[in-house]
Amino acid sequence: MKNLIKSTLSIAVLSATLLGSCAKKLDLFPTNDLTPQTAYATKEGYKSVLAKIYGGMASTGNQGPAGQSDIQGLDEGSQSPFIRGFFNHQELPTDEAVVSWNDQTIQDFHALRWNAADPFILGMYARPVYNITISNEYLREATDDKLASRGISGADADEIRSTRAEVRFLRAFNYWVMLDLFGKSTFITEEDQIGTNLPREINRTDLFNYIESELKALENEMRPARSIEYGRVDQGAAWALLARLYLNAEVYTGTPRYADALTYAKKVIDAGYELHPDYRQVFMADNDKAASEFMYVITCDGLRTQSYGNTTFFVHAASGDNFADYGVNGGWYGYRATTALTDKFEDLSGNTDQRALFTNMASASIQDMSNFAQGVWVKKWVNIRSDGQPVSDVNKEFADIDFPVFRLPEMILIYAEAHLRGGGGDLNTAVEQMNRIRFRAYGQSFGPGNIGRIIPGDLTLSFILDERARELYWEGHRRTDLIRYNLLTTGTYLWPWKGGTSSGTAVDSKYNLYPIPATNRTANPNLSQNPGY
Amino acid sequence: MSIKRLLMIALPLLCLLLTQQGLHAQTKIITGRVTDRDGSPIVGASVLVKGSRSGVQTDADGNFSITIPQSARTLVVSSVGFTAREISTSASSFSIVMNPDNAALGEVVVVAYGTRRKADLTGSVTSVTAKEFQKGVINSPEQLLTGKVAGLQITTGGGAAGGGSRIRIRGGASLNSSNDPLVVVDGVPMDGGGIAGSANILNTINPNDIESINVLKDAAATALYGSRASNGVMIITTKKGTSGKPKFNYNTTLSLGQLTDKVDVLTASELRKLIQEEGSPSFLALLGNANTDWQDEIFQDALGWDNNFNVSGSLAKKLPYRFSIGYLNQEGTLKTNEFDRFSTALNLNPKLFDDHLTLNVALKTATTANRFADEGAIGTAVTFDPTQPVYGGKEEFGGYYEWLQSDGFPINLATRNPVALLNLRDNRSNVFRFIGNVQADYKVHFLPDLHVLLNLGVEYNQGRGRDIFDRRSATNYRTNGRVSEYRQMKRNQLADVSLFYTKNLDAIKSKFDVLVGHSYQDFYIKNYSFAAYGQDGLVIPGSEPVFPFDEPRYRLESYLGRINYTLNDKYLLTASIRRDASSKFSPDNRVGYFPAAALAWRMNQEFFRNSNTVSDLKLRLSWGVTGQQDIGDYYSYMPRYTASTPTAQYQFGNAYYSYLRPAGYDPNIKWETTTTSNIGLDYGFFNNRIYGTIDLYQKKTKDLLSTIPVAPGSNFVNELTTNVGNIESKGVEFVLNTVPVRNENLTWDLGFNLTYQDVEITNLLKQQDPNFTGIDVLGIQGGTGNRVGKHVVGHRPYTYFVYKQVYDKTTNKPIEGLYEDLNRDGVINQSDRYLYKQAAPDFLFGFSTQVNYKRFMFGLAGHGTSGNYLYNNVNSERAVFRNVQNPINFVQNTTREYYSTRFFNSQYFSDYFIENASFLRLDNINLGYTVGKVLQGKATMRLGASIQNVFVITKYSGMDPELANDGVDNTIYPRPRIYSLGVNLDF
Repeated sequence: MKNLIKSTLSIAVLSATLLGSCAKKLDLFPTNDLTPQTAYATKEGYKSVLAKIYGGMASTGNQGPAGQSDIQGLDEGSQSPFIRGFFNHQELPTDEAVVSWNDQTIQDFHALRWNAADPFILGMYARPVYNITISNEYLREATDDKLASRGISGADADEIRSTRAEVRFLRAFNYWVMLDLFGKSTFITEEDQIGTNLPREINRTDLFNYIESELKALENEMRPARSIEYGRVDQGAAWALLARLYLNAEVYTGTPRYADALTYAKKVIDAGYELHPDYRQVFMADNDKAASEFMYVITCDGLRTQSYGNTTFFVHAASGDNFADYGVNGGWYGYRATTALTDKFEDLSGNTDQRALFTNMASASIQDMSNFAQGVWVKKWVNIRSDGQPVSDVNKEFADIDFPVFRLPEMILIYAEAHLRGGGGDLNTAVEQMNRIRFRAYGQSFGPGNIGRIIPGDLTLSFILDERARELYWEGHRRTDLIRYNLLTTGTYLWPWKGGTSSGTAVDSKYNLYPIPATNRTANPNLSQNPGY
Repeated sequence: MSIKRLLMIALPLLCLLLTQQGLHAQTKIITGRVTDRDGSPIVGASVLVKGSRSGVQTDADGNFSITIPQSARTLVVSSVGFTAREISTSASSFSIVMNPDNAALGEVVVVAYGTRRKADLTGSVTSVTAKEFQKGVINSPEQLLTGKVAGLQITTGGGAAGGGSRIRIRGGASLNSSNDPLVVVDGVPMDGGGIAGSANILNTINPNDIESINVLKDAAATALYGSRASNGVMIITTKKGTSGKPKFNYNTTLSLGQLTDKVDVLTASELRKLIQEEGSPSFLALLGNANTDWQDEIFQDALGWDNNFNVSGSLAKKLPYRFSIGYLNQEGTLKTNEFDRFSTALNLNPKLFDDHLTLNVALKTATTANRFADEGAIGTAVTFDPTQPVYGGKEEFGGYYEWLQSDGFPINLATRNPVALLNLRDNRSNVFRFIGNVQADYKVHFLPDLHVLLNLGVEYNQGRGRDIFDRRSATNYRTNGRVSEYRQMKRNQLADVSLFYTKNLDAIKSKFDVLVGHSYQDFYIKNYSFAAYGQDGLVIPGSEPVFPFDEPRYRLESYLGRINYTLNDKYLLTASIRRDASSKFSPDNRVGYFPAAALAWRMNQEFFRNSNTVSDLKLRLSWGVTGQQDIGDYYSYMPRYTASTPTAQYQFGNAYYSYLRPAGYDPNIKWETTTTSNIGLDYGFFNNRIYGTIDLYQKKTKDLLSTIPVAPGSNFVNELTTNVGNIESKGVEFVLNTVPVRNENLTWDLGFNLTYQDVEITNLLKQQDPNFTGIDVLGIQGGTGNRVGKHVVGHRPYTYFVYKQVYDKTTNKPIEGLYEDLNRDGVINQSDRYLYKQAAPDFLFGFSTQVNYKRFMFGLAGHGTSGNYLYNNVNSERAVFRNVQNPINFVQNTTREYYSTRFFNSQYFSDYFIENASFLRLDNINLGYTVGKVLQGKATMRLGASIQNVFVITKYSGMDPELANDGVDNTIYPRPRIYSLGVNLDF
């Protein structure tokens, strides 16, 4: 009996030791990943998260060119990137771009017949909201309290604090993208914690007001215009976004705000930005040299910022057999323009207006959308350096070209348009500024017989729309512009294959806004659909 | 360490008990004669006192005489091939008639945490032993079971040497998580995932070393494995040591694999004619003058040679052992594919301390060497232009013909020369695997009904390899080739302690046994990362890893308990529970309980006690809860930040900064839970000349681990793996085995099994939404992101979602781009797609038969499915004219199917491409002959010959209707037909 007790006890002790040691062993942590505490322990950690927020516009995920996408369930290269997605949504439905491919619903863009199940639209909704979500996380982690609790103080803390305004700007810009494309948005701020409640929706007017109030609040917290290092944003960017927001205010809220648009465009113009001397170089691999005209630029690099959805996409997708002219190793035979774009140029040779960067004019007319041989080939974005040096990717697969979101010419065009639309200002200033654009376009001259120069009588709203096309084509402006002029869906202005017919046709006005993706409405019943979808 | 402790307890007790031996007992003598039912004497039958090892054998006339203690109450008479009988010692002379042991009801079956008499099983367990295994050349254990078990579907991934299979027990219980069953080898649950450098981790176990594989299907059988049991369990038991003198066995098999079929593509002249008639002159000009059958160029006859040697016996009558070595060399039918395995297995099964301590030591090693072929060549061999030659290209691309662009470099997006893909890539790996465990079963001296079981096990895998693209390869010439290294280590350690108590209470005709246990298992992985190099030795920019290695790890700690109760040998009750705690979940959700209960009623004991007609009849009822914790990520419940690769950085000023990204997480993630109910009937008639089982089951899985879209902005991801959704499956399994003929010279066995299964998704959402149409699945080749299937509530998973093709009434040919306007709104758009069929079969069936006539043996085995469909992506992608004339200036071949449709543009979503893929495959025909004594009587020789993959009967127009995926056929590594010859020597 004694033995029995003894042995039972031994077994019990043995088991207890084994078990006791196990319970704690179930708390395991990853080897390389960081917890929030370790990620934000240093200012370098903050800077890497800040890089992620900026990089959300250039990269598709944590591995270039693909492999660890920020957006799941979609094609990483074509449906999750910001630049490529923004281009598809802003340019493909317009006279500026068509595509030959048959990838899922991509043909629906130019035909203006998309629906709420569209995977490209799903990606375009997801990308800005993703960028907003990580911006909020940064703002939560970069508060004074959090910095103090982590023992970060002095200059380090000041530097981190100053980045808060930049992050708020990026968040406001992403909200503007939502406002413009969808007319409303999922609405989350740093007050909304992760994984708790279903996010609310914000309507168009409230979203407009929110973006406006944010930009006005942080306008004075940001570094002075033209003072921050390349790739980051300062006051100039906030003013530029305000100018663009106000220019389209009537579309967004029903209330025109042209005076405000003019005010903020003028702030930028007066801040001393300069046009880079050669238009063509503004879209080349070393276009960081044109920084003097950028208020906000998304930096891309063929080695360090690889993605199939940043400027790499422009050079591959626009090239075919002539890929070498684009500075890449092969063409994707995809995107062209319609003749409605080239019709806006008087001389397509590029000898006078250097912005006419087109080829294939002999086969410019499109009978078969899927035939790359038909259509205007656009050679605006090229992965070649103006200084003749090699690009960073020796394979020439990924591009170095940076993507300017706000350039000085847009601000000049806003000034002129806002003036004509009754926003005040001064006609002579408008003409004078417009001629800066023209002078650069014609190669630091106004061309033979000063044909490039405009006079006050030339400055009409339709001239400005066409000038916007000539100056800003393939930079992601066209859809917004056509909507402001009420031309996107109406029969007033037709272009080849508009609405899916070769000569063009009007479509339902619901296509002025994109639908809220059905997938998102399933996941979040707080989201409402746009009219007509 | 724990063994030591155990011994420290055990040894003193042992000494104590040994000194108490030697009490003298009174004895008596019992005699008798043992015969079969025909009255013939049974020679060499053993007669033992129950509960002891002392006994005698019957002589040439079947007579015996045994001296036994007065206290002995029961004798046990047994002989191979007969059911053992127990005789009460009340009389002193007996005439004992033995019944043939047909269904082997007395056979002991390995179950979760123990063994059980087959007759006492309460759960749905199918035991397949070595003699029932699939014959022929089998390189991986799971293939031994093809078609053998109702409710078990084994689908090889294709014909790759060393390739793996997809294993589904009752179709699996999950939607997005793993549906692979848990594999337990000699009591050690394996890590589910594979290892770098191995196409199939199971192929590191030599099938020749396997004694039995038991398939546990219902929750009563599996629930003791708790959170890993939802997809069923396969218990692999290796061969053990035997008694007596060393017995040697050597067997060798030589095999030849040949392609049975090719994808039906156009010949060079047919393609030329097609482009002449329908194409454009610019593409005609691209054609060459060769006539190349690309499929012939990449495939070969594959030789295989399998050798196994083993010795078993008992050292000094104390130490039963078995040791084996095996060497296998298997070529693939795709050139440059090869698999090589050297394996050893050692089993030691000593009994110590007067049989109180039983040790089972099992050590297995396998070293495999793989050469993987670039299987992309299979697809490009279908599409590569047959008018082009294999060679004749530029020397800088190895002399292989490639499509070049204007600058003389290969066109980026063009089809690659299939032969170059194979020859200019060298991807080799070496994988070492060790599985070892010691099971100590100590029968407590002072309380023999109590056993203490200790099971310590280790599974260790090391895989490493190097994948070399030649500098001349058209895919990697820009970086001077690409040399990338990979390496992974996995270690899984197990420590189980359990107490097992058995008690017979004869007074109330009851038997019961109780198990309580504790289990601790640690899974540790080390993944190494390396930069890739060009063949010039320079690092390829951007390939530098962020971290040199990563060490994912998870642990599982469990308590388990089980009680088996038998009343009157008629009523059987099993109840069990397991408590699992997994490190994969947050402390709040870490613990799960998995109960099960089962009842069985041996109706033959009730109603047909001495009936020869009804020899077995048992009704089984079971219910239980199991889990699924295979969520891929080991840390998905916690917030984390992940660093980016060097190719994902952002420029501030002149510096580049890598990213820190917050990962999506679900703090509440937990197990999938499956509740299974099962009703089963085991039957046997005419002395088990006809026997089998019928099972009906229903499985309901809740909290499915599903990757679903989440509300944008609510997490750091837009799709999150979380617990959402429900799925239900039900099925019927029917097994019939018969022995139509059994006599001295001729035995004929015939077996058949049939399974019906149905699965339905019952919920997919957290918030219900009437507009929700389902989750797109089944990505295809062609276009980007196109998917042809959907998960929809009320339907089976992976149901195709397509347009209804309209056909020309006169020619019966599909009309390109014309589909039924199913919602009658006048427009053909996404809303006209409909749900149509799926790849999961309604019925599975398997059959086998074997005839033994004197020294000859002949067998057949086959399996099949019905009600299953496949999306023929080979045709939907390639049998369109658009694919022939690629706008990027190259020509591709098309399949002969093009003549049936004449589609110009891809019609990916037409239901035309969904084909009935029901099939019947004759897996093998085998013939054996026992030569008998050879080498002056020193050895016994058997010869065998077999043909595997003899034929397939199907309506499916593609190459093979049996695919190990969810329903998209886009070229498969063809399964060869294999001819083999084998010699087996016992000496």
